Amino acid sequence: MPAVSKGDGMRGLAVFISDIRNCKSKEAEIKRINKELANIRSKFKGDKALDGYSKKKYVCKLLFIFLLGHDIDFGHMEAVNLLSSNRYTEKQIGYLFISVLVNSNSELIRLINNAIKNDLASRNPTFMGLALHCIANVGSREMAEAFAGEIPRILVAGDTMDSVKQSAALCLLRLYRTSPDLVPMGDWTSRVVHLLNDQHLGVVTAATSLITTLAQKNPEEFKTSVSLAVSRLSRIVTSASTDLQDYTYYFVPAPWLSVKLLRLLQCYPPPEDPAVRGRLTECLEAILNKAQEPPKSKKVQHSNAKNAVLFEAISLVIHHDSEPNLLVRACNQLGQFLQHRETNLRYLALESMCTLASSEFSHEAVKAHIETVINALKTERDVSVRQRAVDLLYAMCDRSNAQQIVAEMLSYLETADYSIREEIVLKVAILAEKYAVDYTWYVDTILNLIRIAGDYVSEEVWYRVIQIVINRDDVQGYAAKTVFEALQASACHENLVKVGGYILGEFGNLIAGDPRSSPLTQFHLLHSKFHLCSVPTRALLLSTYIKFVNLFPEVKGTIQDVLRSDSQLKNADVELQQRAVEYLRLSTVASTDILATVLEEMPPFPERESSILAKLKKKKGPSTVTDLEEAKRERSADVNGGPEPAPSTPSPSADLLGLGAAPPVPAGPPPSSGGLLVDVFSDSPSASASCPRGASLSPECVPARRQPVSIPVAPHPAGPAPWTPLTHTLFLVPRFVCKNNGVLFENQLLQIGLKSEFRQNLGRMFIFYGNKTSTQFLNFTPTLICSDDLQANILGPVTKPVDPAVDGGAQVQQAVNIECVSDFTEAPVLNIQFRYGGTFQNVSVKLPITLNKFFQPTEMASQDFFQRWKQLSNPQQEVQSIFKAKHPMDTEVTKAKIIGFGSALLEEVDPNPANFVGAGIIHTRTAQIGCLLRLEPNLQAQMYRLTLRTSRETVSQRLCELLSEQF
Amino acid sequence: MMQFMLLFSRQGKLRLQKWYVPLSDKEKKKITRELVQTVLARKPKMCSFLEWRDLKIVYKRYASLYFCCAIEDQDNELITLEIIHRYVELLDKYFGSVCELDIIFNFEKAYFILDEFLLGGEVQETSKKNVLKAIEQADLLQEDSKPRSARLQNCMKS
Repeated sequence: MPAVSKGDGMRGLAVFISDIRNCKSKEAEIKRINKELANIRSKFKGDKALDGYSKKKYVCKLLFIFLLGHDIDFGHMEAVNLLSSNRYTEKQIGYLFISVLVNSNSELIRLINNAIKNDLASRNPTFMGLALHCIANVGSREMAEAFAGEIPRILVAGDTMDSVKQSAALCLLRLYRTSPDLVPMGDWTSRVVHLLNDQHLGVVTAATSLITTLAQKNPEEFKTSVSLAVSRLSRIVTSASTDLQDYTYYFVPAPWLSVKLLRLLQCYPPPEDPAVRGRLTECLEAILNKAQEPPKSKKVQHSNAKNAVLFEAISLVIHHDSEPNLLVRACNQLGQFLQHRETNLRYLALESMCTLASSEFSHEAVKAHIETVINALKTERDVSVRQRAVDLLYAMCDRSNAQQIVAEMLSYLETADYSIREEIVLKVAILAEKYAVDYTWYVDTILNLIRIAGDYVSEEVWYRVIQIVINRDDVQGYAAKTVFEALQASACHENLVKVGGYILGEFGNLIAGDPRSSPLTQFHLLHSKFHLCSVPTRALLLSTYIKFVNLFPEVKGTIQDVLRSDSQLKNADVELQQRAVEYLRLSTVASTDILATVLEEMPPFPERESSILAKLKKKKGPSTVTDLEEAKRERSADVNGGPEPAPSTPSPSADLLGLGAAPPVPAGPPPSSGGLLVDVFSDSPSASASCPRGASLSPECVPARRQPVSIPVAPHPAGPAPWTPLTHTLFLVPRFVCKNNGVLFENQLLQIGLKSEFRQNLGRMFIFYGNKTSTQFLNFTPTLICSDDLQANILGPVTKPVDPAVDGGAQVQQAVNIECVSDFTEAPVLNIQFRYGGTFQNVSVKLPITLNKFFQPTEMASQDFFQRWKQLSNPQQEVQSIFKAKHPMDTEVTKAKIIGFGSALLEEVDPNPANFVGAGIIHTRTAQIGCLLRLEPNLQAQMYRLTLRTSRETVSQRLCELLSEQF
Repeated sequence: MMQFMLLFSRQGKLRLQKWYVPLSDKEKKKITRELVQTVLARKPKMCSFLEWRDLKIVYKRYASLYFCCAIEDQDNELITLEIIHRYVELLDKYFGSVCELDIIFNFEKAYFILDEFLLGGEVQETSKKNVLKAIEQADLLQEDSKPRSARLQNCMKS
């Protein structure tokens, strides 16, 4: 046996560990472990009571097995028993087991807490220490509830041993982190602050951590800690290297404590008291001075400890950001480290300089090191160090050096590690945009980015270049010319085809005068890339072609030929096929005027925060980027009048590029594979009134205005795909409450589309069933299921049966007639059964026939509105709901939804212009019910209050339910 | 604060794990697997720090063992490197030229020493004397008073 355990040898444990180590295979190990587990289980269950030693040994074995990575589901009780043993080593193993294998079993927690309570009360410092360690290791809420009151008393009691005080301080810290609400501030807090003066440096070390965390949350209460921390720090810094005895570490006095004290001071602004402030400045200067002194030892531990304090001091100097002299000294010190032979120091210097770069006092001093940093980018062998260099270049970039930095980053990109390419691409894109003096440089840079690292250019980047080109007319001609030239390359990245396609579609006319880039040449150039591209890019190119039809009437024939070809019209991809069909039709039937209107140039995008910046923030975590950005934006605000990324209220109607605010895409259950079919149908004012880019974030959103057409159905390209045989969507698809047409349901086999119209109390709904596969559906039987109650209230719905065989790729339609007899709350269920490839399929969806469909809008003046409002003041007539906004709170979208809901939107009725009011009449066969509604948004709280007043309680109730789901 | 500390061998075997934040066993295993892989793939001369998720990883290799700590964004990398070193010194002093086998066979002691040194992810006591005093005292409290077993042979440096 290679080793004998030290101290309290447990021979059986050592043997077991040896056995495990001698196992030749994983299987053998598992076998040995299972044997041992069975043995332990039988011992624990056996009739013979185990002595403490055996219990300890077996618990320890279980712990070992757990640490090997196996699950342990017994032995907890035995471990808890050990806690109450009088023998220290048994107690110790019990606590260790509990600490490692915490179990939220409440029965046990109570027993554990009992044992801890006894040990805390034992006044035996070793036992108290064990109990406190256990609380600090587990730190559960139950423990906080049991001990958060007791521990502060132990911490500040005069007769507590130093070692117990240390444990109590950190134990309390742990509980405060888990459950701050359970740790009450009180008299003890001032006494805790005075622990900074304690004789015992170990106590000060532990207490400083506690005080730092408490001070972050309660700065006022712990303000006195500043002067105490400064005087403590000063005593350490000025002490001779041997004064602190065992707290000196490789000739550095109390480095851990120094770092902690400097951390504590970073919770506060520079001290106000000039004496304290002066003393602190002396300390910081002394620390900076020491960095210049010859080392007292050659050991790396000496320099690490010394520099740990130095870096923390520099952090404090940067945090205060008030002493230009210290900031510049810090910067020079870091500059020395940039060329140090220790990789660790170079790494930290680059990291620390990043924060220095955002201070106005040291920004210039940091810039002086640009050559060194660029050199680091080229020569560092460790990718994490190069990453820091990229970060620093990004942080030190301003207008004066942007061209150089962007060029260096671009050239580094050619050989950069794959892991950091995307981030560099984002950074280059942001810098190029932000510091662009003329936008031709910007366009060149982005095209270069695509050329060098096309695969890493995310959509945000190419969206953004298009956004900028569209918004700046001085660069459009140049952009068109440049993409045209770039596209000449025999192999160009698909992202370039996308940018090229989009820009030429918008601004190809600006270069069409040159015979070398005539309309036909442009078209042929783009079309030569077509077959190499993915579906989304092809879709985009088709849109470019239709735009060409408008821009260049002379190529219309050529383009129509292309659209008419089988590879387009009968393309296996639904989206491509649909575009080809629609565009071909559009180009044939529409007059020049209509074409010019539908296909007019994209309007400028609203200025907003760069979506790339948003992406970088997401990648790097918000804090890191924001601070630098904010700081830099302030500095450069006047420098760049261009499209400085200015945060603006995101409007869902302009969201091609925005990431921050996604448009309120309905989160309904039908998984619409194309995402587009929904747009095509959308007839709600919000979609049709806004420009088409309101529709989608994806590149499928094209610069052409799209017309409603019937449900396109394409044969499925592949064979039967995996699908779920039974699908139920038995809640109402919310977006259909405010609109009548669209795709209600879609899976891999079947698509169900709706078109409906309602007038007064009558309605007619067309249901389209599309077979998305290439195989015939058999026994196709749609059935409408209404409860008796519903049947009585909505007459019908009368349906004509459909043909039971639906061919592959075909579409059948069915009409439903509806009459509203009286108000109702349920919705009918559409059940569809059919056989596909020998399997029985069953799909159920709710049909969006809702009470509000029978709304007739009523216009009325403010006076009338309020008169009627008052008339409906009976408590049964009013229903109110207060709810959180589920979508971005956009006025235009809200208006569109209220109109889509069916009521009239009354402008200038409510004295508060932010509120919306509406009025209408619900028509049923038996009655007409007048309805008034009022919607009050609260932007700050992101809440709405919706009030409905109608003459019938059930109607108020139902309308309120339906409408409140919409926002 | 330190979020966790892992000790693992060059073969990727986990020898000690200490978690200062509550995580599920599944998450712990995932983190361990990912970090062991990342750290073992790094070359000897590379720097001891790396960014990982939103944490900073500080690691150092001693003979056959890697000591790896995860600290938060505001924490000091160099002092963490010395936390590792001080822990190694404590183990060394206690076991007398510590080696990987000591930590395997006396894993419970390795935990006890760590608890005296770090608690709740913060340094509790930096004095080598004080930490070892606490552990030795505990050893003396053994009721059995068995004879102290022989010191371990030095396998780490061999």
